[in-house]
Amino acid sequence: MAGIGERLRSRILSPSWLAILTPLAAVAAALAVGALMLTLLGVSPAAAYAAMFDGALGSVNSLADTLVKATPLLLVAVGICIAFRGGMLNIGGEGQLILGALAATTVILALPDLPSWALIPLGLVLGFAAGALWGAVPGVLKARLQVNEILTTIMMNAIAVQMLNYLLRGPLMDPAQVQAGSFIPQTARFTSAADLPRLVPTRLHAGFLLAIVVAVLAWILLWRTTIGFRIRAVGLNPFASRRAGIRVSRYGVLAMILSGALCGLAGAVQVMGVNHRMFTDGSSAGFTGSAGFNGIVAALFGQLHPLGAIPASIFFGGLIVGANAMQRAVQIPSAMITALNGLLVIFVVSSDIWRRRLVQRQQKAEAAKALAGAEPAPT
Amino acid sequence: MIQDLLTPAVLLGVAYSGIRLATPYLYATLGETIGQLSGVLNLGVEGMMLMGAYAGFYLTFRTGNPWIGLLAAVIVGALLGLANAVITVTLKAEQGISGIGMFLFGLGMSELLFRMSLGSVETVRGFAALRIPWLGNLPVIGDLFFNHSLLVYAAYLLVPVVWFILNRTTWGVRIKAAGQNPAAADALGVSIARVRYVTVTLGGVLASIAGASLSIALLNVFQQNLTSGMGFIAVALVYFGGWSPWGALAGSLLFSTVNALQNWIQVLGIPIAPDFALMLPYVLTILMLAIPFRKARQPAALTKPFERGEG
Repeated sequence: MAGIGERLRSRILSPSWLAILTPLAAVAAALAVGALMLTLLGVSPAAAYAAMFDGALGSVNSLADTLVKATPLLLVAVGICIAFRGGMLNIGGEGQLILGALAATTVILALPDLPSWALIPLGLVLGFAAGALWGAVPGVLKARLQVNEILTTIMMNAIAVQMLNYLLRGPLMDPAQVQAGSFIPQTARFTSAADLPRLVPTRLHAGFLLAIVVAVLAWILLWRTTIGFRIRAVGLNPFASRRAGIRVSRYGVLAMILSGALCGLAGAVQVMGVNHRMFTDGSSAGFTGSAGFNGIVAALFGQLHPLGAIPASIFFGGLIVGANAMQRAVQIPSAMITALNGLLVIFVVSSDIWRRRLVQRQQKAEAAKALAGAEPAPT
Repeated sequence: MIQDLLTPAVLLGVAYSGIRLATPYLYATLGETIGQLSGVLNLGVEGMMLMGAYAGFYLTFRTGNPWIGLLAAVIVGALLGLANAVITVTLKAEQGISGIGMFLFGLGMSELLFRMSLGSVETVRGFAALRIPWLGNLPVIGDLFFNHSLLVYAAYLLVPVVWFILNRTTWGVRIKAAGQNPAAADALGVSIARVRYVTVTLGGVLASIAGASLSIALLNVFQQNLTSGMGFIAVALVYFGGWSPWGALAGSLLFSTVNALQNWIQVLGIPIAPDFALMLPYVLTILMLAIPFRKARQPAALTKPFERGEG
């Protein structure tokens, strides 16, 4: 992906009002398309959107649900930010998330007698490590053998799903399921010692705070440390970075490892904070709810900035919760939101061209101004 | 237990299913190959397949005529492909991301339409198996190769057709030039945008037919996420096959045969985890991508939008 650095540079150089306006315009456009779809389906868009808004933000409980849905999105989105900044297109969030959840699940099921203070960090750390490992493979293949990381991350997603299916239909299957002969592919419920603490008497768990802390740490890493500077330099211009003595392949791999690790952490947080067991329907979305893909959407929305990912993830968490409420209220399948998410991605990446043009025009104008100042005034 | 698998009847069954199930991979992979050779990566194949599968199924269900279903799939595919061309060629969007957008759109939209229009899983009478006269009556071979649905034959016929277009026509040269050295092709008067619009739209049509081949020829059902990842596999098969139609054929057959094998393992109740067999092709693909001497084949301008004067 030689082109990505160049595109990102224009994204970074562009004026900040445009950085905020573009996603908002894309949201407006997608909601307008959604309204049109609703009208065609014979449902009042106002009623549907009101149900959605109410479902996402209408009460303390729904607000908590929004933040719960936002949690894995935020962790994945921050991971995606780091990878993209390092010039790596990580499409493997789904697989890394599954691996992280599997690692946490395995240790929690294996050591049910550990106290909370040991089990929770252990689960999170193993999730982080498993995701890192899953992200490292495409990173190393890209750095050493120039294998396209988009492809390998997609392949790794598929491999992760098969591992999940194998483990939940075999070694990790709930013994009660085996005894009862029902063979539903899921694990036993975890010991409650592994449950992430609840923050308020809602479903909101400490994983949300962890995700916020991770986002801030990622921002500090990328913009306040030498390592982060090098990751961004490699993503912006690998050739110049090499000239400047930066080990390009090393920082690309590092970006992929960190990215995978955060996606893995998202998986661990999801099983320990929400599901308290692992399950599969055979596909990847059955467990992840496509968080590995939706996290990319949130990262794009947050302008590939870890702090921008916070509001973006909350927004998309709200969309998901709101869509379920809308499904109940006006009988519109929540799949509509998946479709609108797709449109949003397309709108955002497609509208980038105007931003690039604007930046070019500004640069030209500045150059012309500088030139005009240098020339003697015509007499 | 394992010897249950090695009876002639079972092996024939595996081979028959493998040949049948290669169909969607073939359409999607050939379409993606053409697009990539011209320099455009379409990661949204999965979404396009789902839309094609739905469109084909719904119209077949309503009219009872699979030809109308196929036509609908072609139209939907052309529209999605054209949209993808606008996004990637005219608006020069980052292809790795816009493809994810197209995937999510197709995934959500096909499920939305399915739930609103059908609601429950129905079956249709799609393209029936067509026994080819004379050849179809040969022992063993007749059943294996010459007793398939029309869409299956067409998928296999498409392989030499695509090969011919790519290697023996001016259009093939233009497509490959657009993907290898667009600046030079542009200087020689080839419109890169036009070439890519054609290939990307065609890719959409083929992806859509790939989906329809599932819903109105092979399975004759539609449900949400019917394709469950086949579109992404097709993208990988392009790399696996080294951007050649014959490579696409080999990859499609390998994948479908492994799938067929694991179906039979389950049917026969053999206690081998089929998941590892399903994992194998992906691992193989990664290994193939990593082998150094097979690498330098990727079209040089893949994923790079063309701008005049950028060299």
